Amino acid sequence: MNDKLVLEVNALTKSYSTSGGPLTVLRDVTFGLGESRTCAIVGPSGSGKTTLLGLCAGLDQPTSGTVHLNGIGIHGMNEDGRAQLRSLLIGFVFQNFQLLSTLTARENVMVPVELRGDSGADDLAIELLDRVGLADRMDHYPVQLSGGEQQRVALARAFINRPKILFADEPTGNLDSDTSGKVIDLLFDLNRAAGTALVLVTHNLELASMTDCIIKLRGGKMVGSL
Amino acid sequence: MMFDRWIWLMAWRDSRASRRKLFLFSCSIVLGIAALVSITSLGRNLELAVADQAKTLLGADLVVSARQPFSARAEELIKELGGEQAREVAFSSMALFPKTEGTRLVQIRSLTDGFPFYGKFETAPVEAGESFRSLPGALVEESLMNQFNAKVGDPIKLGQLILPIAGILQKIPGEALVFSTIAPRVYIPATELPKTKLVKAESLARFKVFIKYPSTINVEALAKKHRNTSKDLRLELETVEDRKRDLGRSLNNLQTFLSLGGFIALLLGGVGVASAIHVHVKEKVPGVAVLRCLGASASRTVQIYVAQGMGLGLTGAIVGGALGVILQFFLPRVVQDFVALQIDYRIAWPSVFGAMGAGFLICVLFTLLPILPLRRVSPLAVLRASEAEPLQGDPARWLIFGLMGLGITAFSLWQSTKWYHGLAFTGGILAAFGLLAGVAKILTQVARKVISRSWPYVWRQGLANLHRPNNRTTLLMLSLGLGTFLVLTMFLVQQTLLVDLLPSGHGRQPNTVLFDVQSDQIEGVERLLKDRDLEILQRSPVVTMRLASVKGRAIGDLLKAPDRQRAPNWVLRREFRSTWRDQLVDTEESVAGYWPAERAQDVTPISLESGIAKDLGVTIGDDLVFDVQGVPITTRVAHLRNVDWRRMSPNFFVVFPSNSLEAAPAFHILTTRTPTAAAGAEMHHELIGTFPNISLIDLTLVLKTVDVIISKISLAVRFMAMFILGTGFLVLVAAILTGRYQRMQESILLRTLGASRRKVLQILLIEYFLLGFFASLTGVLLALGGAWALVHFTFKLPFHPPMLAAMVTVTSVCVITMGTGLAMSWGVLNRPPLEILRGE
Ligand SMILES: Nc1ncnc2c1ncn2[C@@H]1O[C@H](COP(=O)(O)OP(=O)(O)O)[C@@H](O)[C@H]1O
Ligand SMILES: [Mg+2]
Repeated sequence: MNDKLVLEVNALTKSYSTSGGPLTVLRDVTFGLGESRTCAIVGPSGSGKTTLLGLCAGLDQPTSGTVHLNGIGIHGMNEDGRAQLRSLLIGFVFQNFQLLSTLTARENVMVPVELRGDSGADDLAIELLDRVGLADRMDHYPVQLSGGEQQRVALARAFINRPKILFADEPTGNLDSDTSGKVIDLLFDLNRAAGTALVLVTHNLELASMTDCIIKLRGGKMVGSL
Repeated sequence: MMFDRWIWLMAWRDSRASRRKLFLFSCSIVLGIAALVSITSLGRNLELAVADQAKTLLGADLVVSARQPFSARAEELIKELGGEQAREVAFSSMALFPKTEGTRLVQIRSLTDGFPFYGKFETAPVEAGESFRSLPGALVEESLMNQFNAKVGDPIKLGQLILPIAGILQKIPGEALVFSTIAPRVYIPATELPKTKLVKAESLARFKVFIKYPSTINVEALAKKHRNTSKDLRLELETVEDRKRDLGRSLNNLQTFLSLGGFIALLLGGVGVASAIHVHVKEKVPGVAVLRCLGASASRTVQIYVAQGMGLGLTGAIVGGALGVILQFFLPRVVQDFVALQIDYRIAWPSVFGAMGAGFLICVLFTLLPILPLRRVSPLAVLRASEAEPLQGDPARWLIFGLMGLGITAFSLWQSTKWYHGLAFTGGILAAFGLLAGVAKILTQVARKVISRSWPYVWRQGLANLHRPNNRTTLLMLSLGLGTFLVLTMFLVQQTLLVDLLPSGHGRQPNTVLFDVQSDQIEGVERLLKDRDLEILQRSPVVTMRLASVKGRAIGDLLKAPDRQRAPNWVLRREFRSTWRDQLVDTEESVAGYWPAERAQDVTPISLESGIAKDLGVTIGDDLVFDVQGVPITTRVAHLRNVDWRRMSPNFFVVFPSNSLEAAPAFHILTTRTPTAAAGAEMHHELIGTFPNISLIDLTLVLKTVDVIISKISLAVRFMAMFILGTGFLVLVAAILTGRYQRMQESILLRTLGASRRKVLQILLIEYFLLGFFASLTGVLLALGGAWALVHFTFKLPFHPPMLAAMVTVTSVCVITMGTGLAMSWGVLNRPPLEILRGE
């Protein structure tokens, strides 16, 4: 891995303080991900996958260790700094879609561009929605869309900012296998086309095997990577 | 970037699903703003009216008045004052309407030419205001005409004088009509006064000289120059400025009272908006987390909801402002009867916008509270459901509380004439809010603890609803409790005043009082009453006197002393009507000393009413000198009494022992009880026919009049209460609607699990019943406390907690709450679960 690393994680540890003393849910995780590379995080439920993803994406503060996104250390930043970085570098796809229920499909897709204060959001959103095959459903609200359609809107939203890296937490966990297949194909297509790096949390080993590397977690520790 | 286009766009988009709901929430501040708008505009209109009508308030530039006929020296001063002068002598006496044989105590005012110099009597027919002098005729107040069905041209008999009624008196410059209804006014020309032969009564008359000056004369300076001399002569000088000041003060009190009521409504509305936003915002937490994930900063996401709060406030302000402008049409009518001014209707725009601004600010402040926690929503919430972190210890929260406290204090200080009134009001509000919130807190905790598994399911569930997340306990406690408290307090005070004044229908309570019975008439009057089988319940001789000195200091000296170190003016100056007797009557109670007291050689022992003793700063053993119509009598306080003034029988501040005043000129008061109104009227007529100088008061009539006055005043009170109650109801509706979604999900789940609709309904009703019950109970307790304090401290009357009113209040609040809750949830109960799951 000589090329420039988009994500670099070093000795990452996360503990929560609970009533029964500190609970370490992630211990000493280290890995790196190059530009346009894909990586899957796998492990049993409760092993710390979501925690790791959240830390990498700057959604939370690590207890110790460092995270660099595109060479910038985010572990020391405050929330607003990380928020700004997120709007510049990162895209998200979630298990339960997380569309804003009061916004139409198109408006949902536009949000990241509008947040940066850039113009032309409308055209970009239309173009992307067309790519995910929802050109005719643009002005529908999330409740009017099926799960698969909602996830496709989420994909369009994730890519509209041309992110450097995309984080996906069990993106197909709530979808049937047929629909999952389509969403996965779309995800990898868009990824390849945009040259985005991808971190994917999944239970699905078949899906994991499509990525460049796999990180296995058990009880918060890395038990191997491929 | 603060509140840029994107923020407003997002706020607008985000409100899509809840716009109707949000509009409804903004309704809770609408009434408060409307009340404020109309009241501050009224205040402005009153100010303008005072300025416009300043001179007609007095009808002259300067008024000299005295409670005794003008002495030679007083006449000299009056001559020196110059200008164009008119005179009035006013006294109470009986009027007889020969046509219907009706009699009533009236205030007779004999008037020379000229008055009013500014403004004019409003009469029907119009010209009567002038022509009654030359006719000669009488001007009779409308209420009196109506009572006896009299018409213009009918005769009226005053003492020995019979005059035709020249016109109906509708308005007198500078006098409010409502306060004259106890003794309605009758004007006669001064030339006719001697013919009444009511000369004796003149000793209790009020004498006035009205003076008009050319505009070049500085009346204020003139009055100032003569103030001291006139004080010595027991004359009172009043200028237009004095009257304006007095009027301004009373108008201020009225307006303060009204606007504080409006402000309470606004605050209550603020609480409603805050809680509605609280629920609204809770539903937004996942969306906020997504926005944060997508890179929106905490501040920008919060701005979206603050923008919505501002929109809400703006809507409320606009609708409330419009409503307030419409209400302005009606408000003058509410206060017209007890304000001596012609109030014109003008929209006072600065007041309108000021009040709208205040409403908007309150609304935004109140919405900030529930919006603030959104700052703490972690973007991590998209990965793992989590609540917004609790706000405890958030400095911003305290900042908002501080701002609110500051706002409330500033507002009440601005509205009150005295700063400590403002602070007291703020303290009162905070205390009431605090108590209700405290009870709500206790209630939720108790609800959590007491539930036992052995209870029927619906009760467990209903009670649990009081403490579970998103409960409306605090909100409903505040709105229902505060509404109940304020409205019931007003009602209780009014009831206490009326009930205590009205004579009980049975027993030996007098209902007729005969005044001014001369010593040589006693026998005749007694015989007349006996012939009609009317019992004389009480007979008291009365001697009028004034204080000459207190504890060796002359009254003249005392009056010049600083206010704080002596008794109030009205006590020192008043005319005491004293009696003599050696026993206490049943409205009296010994406090200290013995009665009758032992006689000393040169001083007369007296019994003093304890309240006036306190005002005078005297106690047992202190000396008072009374001037009994020219003769000084030295007295020593030997006995203190409490007097139950509420009883409508002759009561006295000072009682002399018998055989001490018999030489002084006295008249007598007799009380009796007539079995029927007809018997009363017949007796009145005969009595007045035989003894024209005797005044007769029909207590039933007086009490009816008092009732009218109180109900007019309480109209203003009820007007305010209406806003508070209305706001409380809107808040109730909003509160129930906001919780509906939550309850709905549960209801659906319960129904899916096999609960009957009946059961679901029972759970809802139990929850609303408990809320209504505890809120109204607290409100009733607060009201009992408030009413007791008012009655005890302000009116100095005993307070009997009215159990019936309390029970009726609690019951009706419970019924209203349950009814509203039911009405708002009806749709939910009747729609199929699936439909609801997809919608909303
Ligand atoms: N706020 C928290 N406090 C304490 N423990 C937590 C908290 N958040 C997550 N955990 C624990 O951390 C562990 C890892 O959780 P997570 O990363 O969600 O696992 P995965 O996504 O692999 O299922 C779990 O055992 C979970 O209970
Ligand atoms: Mg997970």
